[in-house]
Amino acid sequence: MRALYLSVLLCLYVGIATAEEAARNLVQVYDPYIEMHTGDGRGFPIFHVIDRNEWIEILLQRTDWFKVRTENGVEGWVARGQMLQTLNPDGAKVEIKEASQEDYINRKWENGILGGDFGGAYIITAYTGYHLTENISTEVSLSQVLGNLSSSVMLAFHLVHEPFPEWTVSPFFTLGTGIIDTTPRSSLALARDSRDNLTHWGLGARMHLTKRFLVRLNYNNYVVYTSRNNNEEFTEWKAGFAFFF
Amino acid sequence: MESRFRLFLLTATLLLSPLAQAADNKQPSPNPDAGQTEPFKQIIQQESVIQPDIKRRQVKESQIDTENFEVGVFVGLLSIEDFGTNSIIGARLAYHVTEDFFFEGTYALSEGGTTSADNFGPPLLSTSQREYTFYTAALGYNFLPGEAFLGRGLAFNTSLYLVAGIGNTEFGGENRFTAMFGAGYRLILKDWLAVHANARDHIFSIDITGQEKNAHNIEISLGLTYFF
Repeated sequence: MRALYLSVLLCLYVGIATAEEAARNLVQVYDPYIEMHTGDGRGFPIFHVIDRNEWIEILLQRTDWFKVRTENGVEGWVARGQMLQTLNPDGAKVEIKEASQEDYINRKWENGILGGDFGGAYIITAYTGYHLTENISTEVSLSQVLGNLSSSVMLAFHLVHEPFPEWTVSPFFTLGTGIIDTTPRSSLALARDSRDNLTHWGLGARMHLTKRFLVRLNYNNYVVYTSRNNNEEFTEWKAGFAFFF
Repeated sequence: MESRFRLFLLTATLLLSPLAQAADNKQPSPNPDAGQTEPFKQIIQQESVIQPDIKRRQVKESQIDTENFEVGVFVGLLSIEDFGTNSIIGARLAYHVTEDFFFEGTYALSEGGTTSADNFGPPLLSTSQREYTFYTAALGYNFLPGEAFLGRGLAFNTSLYLVAGIGNTEFGGENRFTAMFGAGYRLILKDWLAVHANARDHIFSIDITGQEKNAHNIEISLGLTYFF
């Protein structure tokens, strides 16, 4: 009876140990050695070296650094470049890629912040874009326009065509539509709040800076369909940063 | 006499020896393992059946826990030019793009106090106009990363970072384009937890006190963030 009980316990323990093992990211060092830093940056000192064929567990990743634990329980940070030289249990190299120019061209999601000038007023824009193909993407943007006479919130949808995504500085063209909500400054007692539709065309350029990082410059020309007799035209310049997935 | 005694002893020995043997067999074995050998053998066999079955799964980058986002809250003091110094409370979200750069969005609330002009006439601002809220979208740069030591046994990774950004401040009943710059110190307590100390200047144009000017509003704050 006691033996049965013991063996059940042992089976359970071995079962749990196997499950834990399965959930861990274990890789084998393939380089002659890899260096462990005390922190997730190139300047942090190297305090430990892991030899070839040793197994290490990947605990987490922050930007281009991986926190790993050796079989002896030593924990530290390893750069992406060195993690490329590790093997999976089947002997194949672990696929830890750096965001490359190719990833940039094939990116799906792009998020960014732009600031600039909208018809003499300041504009701040947050946008998110989804790439349907290498050349064509859709974007939605939310902007706040802050002027001396009024402030506005603008929501716009854009269709973006980028003919040469592989160029270092890659131009693009946009067409879009949206709405703009304008609130006059409180000192202008006579003016009223208004909500108007708008359309726009524009052009701009993107440049891949490094990794998942890009800069972007935009020029847009807006036509706001006001309820007054004349439509209003605005030109907009803005620049900013974005990151992509 | 002697020979009869010897015969008795011999007979007794012969008779008793099978009995003694039988009794010997019934006695518990002096070797404690002897009775439990079989079950242990079974366990060892089971273990050896299971042990080689441990699977090391294929590691893909998508399976690795990434901790590039940081979310948290902060509290501190905001000195609103002409309107005194008040408490500030806010939230922060950051995305670390590289080891050097990060994007950061903040949203915070505070309240303006009274000006000296309020002592001599009607108040410049109504209660709702005193409400001060702002958001900022900023780019941060980890300027001086390093380590901080607490005694012999504890070390924390830190970074002195610079931030600059743009945003909107709603104060005095108006939206005001705001430029922000400042510096912060991040102390990473755990892989998932960091403490921040910040000093920032929020600059916007304001004309409430008579003439248009650029107001510098200095914020100092302490915060906690969670990495995920």
